[in-house]
Amino acid sequence: MKLELKGITKRFGSLVANDHIDLVVEPGQVHCLLGENGAGKSTLMNVLYGLYDPSEGEILVDGTPVIFKGPGDAMAAGIGMVHQHFMLIPVFTVAENVALGNEATKAAGFLNLDETRRKISEISKQYGFHVDPDALVEDLPVGVQQRVEIIKALVRDAEVLILDEPTAVLTPQETDELLDIIRQLKAAGKSIVFISHKLREVKEISDTITVIRRGKVVGQADPSASPTELASAMVGRAVSLTLEKKPAQPGEATFKVRDLTVVDHNGQHVVDGLSFDIAKGEVLAIAGVQGNGQTELTEAILGVQPHVTGSITLDDVELLGRSVKQVLSAGVGFVPEDRKIDGLVGTFSISENMILDLYDKPPFAQGIGMKPALIASHAEKKVEEFDVRTPSINVAVGTLSGGNQQKVVLARELSRPLRLFIASQPTRGLDVGSIEFVHKRVIAERDNGTPVMIVSTELDEVLELADRIAVLYRGRLVGIVPAGTSRDVLGLMMAGVPEHEAELTAHKTLEGGTHV
Amino acid sequence: MSTTTTQPGSGTPAGNAPDRSGKPGVSELVSWKAGIGLSLLAILGTVLFGFMSNSKSAGFGIAEAANEAASNVAAWVTLVLALLLSAWLGYLWFVRRRSGPASGSGQLPGWLPPATVAAVVVLGLAALGVAKVSKITLPSAAIGWIAAVILLGLAGYTVYLTQAKKATPRWVGGTFAAVFLIGFMVWIVAGGNGDEPSISLAGLIAGSVTLAVPLVFGSLSGVLCERVGVVNIAIEGQLLLGAFSAAVVATVTHNVYAGLVAAAVAGSLVSLVLAVVSIKYLVNQIIVGVVLNVLISGLTSFLFSTLLTADPEGLNKPGRLPPVDIPFLSDIPIIGPILFHQSLVGYLMYVAVIVVYLGLFHTKWGLRVRAVGEHPQAADTVGINVNRTRFWNVLMGGAIAGIGGSFFTLVSVDAFSKDMSGGRGYIALAALIFGRWNPIGAFLAALLFGFADNLQSVITIIGSPVPSQFMAMLPYALTVFAVAGLVGRSRPPAASGIPYVKG
Repeated sequence: MKLELKGITKRFGSLVANDHIDLVVEPGQVHCLLGENGAGKSTLMNVLYGLYDPSEGEILVDGTPVIFKGPGDAMAAGIGMVHQHFMLIPVFTVAENVALGNEATKAAGFLNLDETRRKISEISKQYGFHVDPDALVEDLPVGVQQRVEIIKALVRDAEVLILDEPTAVLTPQETDELLDIIRQLKAAGKSIVFISHKLREVKEISDTITVIRRGKVVGQADPSASPTELASAMVGRAVSLTLEKKPAQPGEATFKVRDLTVVDHNGQHVVDGLSFDIAKGEVLAIAGVQGNGQTELTEAILGVQPHVTGSITLDDVELLGRSVKQVLSAGVGFVPEDRKIDGLVGTFSISENMILDLYDKPPFAQGIGMKPALIASHAEKKVEEFDVRTPSINVAVGTLSGGNQQKVVLARELSRPLRLFIASQPTRGLDVGSIEFVHKRVIAERDNGTPVMIVSTELDEVLELADRIAVLYRGRLVGIVPAGTSRDVLGLMMAGVPEHEAELTAHKTLEGGTHV
Repeated sequence: MSTTTTQPGSGTPAGNAPDRSGKPGVSELVSWKAGIGLSLLAILGTVLFGFMSNSKSAGFGIAEAANEAASNVAAWVTLVLALLLSAWLGYLWFVRRRSGPASGSGQLPGWLPPATVAAVVVLGLAALGVAKVSKITLPSAAIGWIAAVILLGLAGYTVYLTQAKKATPRWVGGTFAAVFLIGFMVWIVAGGNGDEPSISLAGLIAGSVTLAVPLVFGSLSGVLCERVGVVNIAIEGQLLLGAFSAAVVATVTHNVYAGLVAAAVAGSLVSLVLAVVSIKYLVNQIIVGVVLNVLISGLTSFLFSTLLTADPEGLNKPGRLPPVDIPFLSDIPIIGPILFHQSLVGYLMYVAVIVVYLGLFHTKWGLRVRAVGEHPQAADTVGINVNRTRFWNVLMGGAIAGIGGSFFTLVSVDAFSKDMSGGRGYIALAALIFGRWNPIGAFLAALLFGFADNLQSVITIIGSPVPSQFMAMLPYALTVFAVAGLVGRSRPPAASGIPYVKG
């Protein structure tokens, strides 16, 4: 099946998310859409899948124009989609999720789940998925959930499969498995639209690459192009993908975590007996797939998690059991993983957001009064220092782009003298330019002699920033390894394989001569 | 700095998990809620049933058969059937327990234990019927003390388990509730007027079922709405407008069945407003619901005091839906009069519970409904129209609640009066939560609330050691306890109360 998009334009109010996009997906091809966050890739795919009505343009299937009023029409036309955030119902079984919307029924509308189970095992056999049709989706690992999504599309006889940022939630090993699945699907004659901003995977899997920037197609690229070329095409200017930094000069270890355990409301040990140190002037990166205890670890340090045991000391002062305010005034700078929820008050102005944690202390306050003039001049200074692109310091922070919002958070957290700096997912959703800026500031803080802890699920970022890497798996420390450790070893460790075993396995794979 | 790894089983006080090497550590966060709650209740029980008991004995009347011969036959048939059923279920239970892995209970289907208990209860009742026992008399002091000792024992066991960081098995709570209930009943009846106070057990239970009818309809309406993601606070208003419309239409048309239909229409009219305002215009569902309740209370009161009181003969004399006996089944002693001597609305209740249950959990429609209530976006991406599904479900819920409302004017009392639903719509909401958003659970919870309601009125008649005001509190106190404490961890549909906006 050949799929064509002609002049697709999608406007949200005055914002043009897609601007006259043309795209042709040939049968049996893996077509990559490469573009930064916010470039309009997902919007385009939602138009294609019938979730949005295009403002202009048309979709052609095998040369015939079609109009999709909803996802049902798109599916009927043979288009399947695996969303970035899985569209699975956690409390349903795999079979129920697959059946939904496409139910096999007996008389009087009674469900025939046996029929669905049969189809699932048929597809599982064909592609080598191991999926139990009666497992509850919420109990399945993310990689398996993704397979359920693929099965959902295949059961509906999808000929074109759209994968929206499919590797964002996967470990490197799961990513490799997914790429294998994509190759099998391609061999079976399906077309794949693969959306990503990760150059490595795009280069590895695609037949054709279309680069999208600010809602427009800026050109086709060849899979053999170098990562730097691809990145430049994506961003629109020359970028350097490597960060220049001096070797770390670690001093004494001032931040110590011992036997830290966090129990969640279900009684799960989400952080399980962690112990590590961070020295002055070094970056410890916490690597791991999302949801392996990183959030709880940082929140435990900040003091917003209940049920924490163990010990956290900074300069020999116990932080555990103190209020958030006491922790902050002990000199902890904290960049939360979700800036919109925990980092900023969206409706407050930039200048107000700059003093969210300092509003009650001199020089910004005196008694019960605040000093607006001083707050404004402080904001002006920081906006300039951190290169926040804004018309004024009085605009609501929520209206800024992600990169500029993150710069505001950084500016606030780095404006105090720090004894520990924690940044969680510091560059999530940022454009390449902002990523460069954030990374430079983090390294600058390290070179000031502050112990720095970076939590990131992006292996690239971890390798970029870290002086040492601690890998978390299911709340436990798999090991702490030096910065130069290879991607494959880290990938295996992120799946819970201990360090020495990971090294052995990774060597074997390399000798087998597969991929780097 | 050396590489530090975790040591399995490093003795943190939070965890007792025995297996921390293979799976991620799990330590049951054992709550003291159950232990403390049961202990307090056990002490209360000891004081009331033990120390405050008197020398009188309590009598519990068992129903007298209307037709001696038919009743006898029915009793024997039921006895044999119940015996076979109990034996079979008990055998299944035993076999599953044996064949399952060491953990055992994991293999047990959830319906088996309650079904077995129910079969045994039916067996016992049938045996009473066969033996022609017409009254059970229990000495209050002896039963009170026995109950107190058992209660204290169970509470102590729970505390011991909590101390040892073990979860309390479910049978402890069930047994505790049953023993407490028996102790309470004996104590309160024995405290009545006269030398040997007694109540009719069959009458008490039959009355409970009757009082539960509007609650069941109300909570089914809630199940339908919440399962699809709309919180229906307007059940109260739907019941009330249903009652009002049934009365007026049945009077005007001289046809009670027309009244029944009118009640369903009235209920869905209330739902229509709720659906349009909350689904299309995204107004907060709870606020719309509360406003609708107030509006309908005011509207019906106004119409009642202006029109209906002016012409009661022409507008407010609906007549009644007569009770219908189901042949043979209604002759079974005790059970027959309770379950199979109902009005049309009562039978509709059984049908509605079964239909809603099967529909929600075994049909294509139900799968879609539940998907919309859990994760509307996921439902949307497989081509289900979320808001249309919500709209029709809310309308259907309104119709069901409306039929429940007709019970007030067509079965219970044969005229409409101001605010006659009396807050039962809110109790129905509680039953819905207590029943964990499941039609069967909601039905049982509603029966429990109906029982509390009826017990209160029966006790007030025979006189009791407790001031009647306290007895009047019973259904509501039970609601608070049930919803706050005994529900355990139940999970509402994830998208309940959240409007769905595409994109």
